[in-house]
Amino acid sequence: MTIKNLIVFLAEDDEDDRWLFEQALENIKIKTELSMFKNGKELMDFLKKPDSIQPHIVFLDLNMPIKNGMECLKEMKQHDNLKSIPVAIYSTSSSEKDIENTFVNGANIYINKPNKFSALKKVIEKVLQLNWQYQTSNLNKENFLFRI
Amino acid sequence: MKIYVTFDFDVACNAILEEQLSKLNVEYFINGTREILFNKQLTEQQQSVLATSLKKYGVEVIDNQKTELIQRIKDAIQEMLKDDEANLYKISSYLSDKLDYSYAYLSNLFSEATYTSIENFVILQKVDYVKELIATTDLTLTEIAYRLNYSSVAHLSGQFKKITGLTPTVFYKIIEKRKAVKSKTV
Repeated sequence: MTIKNLIVFLAEDDEDDRWLFEQALENIKIKTELSMFKNGKELMDFLKKPDSIQPHIVFLDLNMPIKNGMECLKEMKQHDNLKSIPVAIYSTSSSEKDIENTFVNGANIYINKPNKFSALKKVIEKVLQLNWQYQTSNLNKENFLFRI
Repeated sequence: MKIYVTFDFDVACNAILEEQLSKLNVEYFINGTREILFNKQLTEQQQSVLATSLKKYGVEVIDNQKTELIQRIKDAIQEMLKDDEANLYKISSYLSDKLDYSYAYLSNLFSEATYTSIENFVILQKVDYVKELIATTDLTLTEIAYRLNYSSVAHLSGQFKKITGLTPTVFYKIIEKRKAVKSKTV
């Protein structure tokens, strides 16, 4: 399978965080196409539209108004067309319980939001590299589980 | 005076292909799906003549050989990890022997196309295999370490944690809980 650009979705309510994420994506080697959503509802409405483009990965903030990250994750994993899209949780929480909970509910990657831009760039690049390998190689997606 | 034209793209493109291919004096067949079949292997020179003559019409010969070679590298790595004896070789000599290219060439090609190095890919593939064994068999970590030629369980656990951010025990717990959740919802 060959991919030209990785299609990346981000659901994040904080405007500054969205901007930083976008900057980080522009500064890494992997070519991406980014769509951003202000909350979980916007994301889910878009994903569920018939014929909408499917992303190669979704980054979900956990704490969002209207519909939070956990609700999106559960909804995606119960939806036949969406359940195979890899999900990276992107959160400031480092509670072990939160982390385990997201994994049990089908998250593939758990990221602790870094404070520094340089660290953020590194983390996002690592996630996309990993996802690239999972999309293009014979790796078992059932066991696609990383904490970064 | 002015005249206007319309194109039938398929007819135009096929005519270009026919014209250029016939210069090669070999038998060929144009498949509707932008694929050209030859009943004989073209020489390097013929291939480059064809590529150049088509280029001026904006027709590009897609170089799938590289994509194919990357797939062969990945296959060889997988084979190597599952083969007890091959496991003892160094990756570099194993791959260059098996694929008959210098390791430097393979390594550059791989990094360029996949955004990761062969070394990192081997570790990722190895950890994937460990995950598989943890999730689907009753093997203990000690047995898995032995089977995959890790020098010790500590080495295996260390690498696992470094790559996945999780300990093998936590990973196992998550997989078990996931199974429980799934069986509840079904």
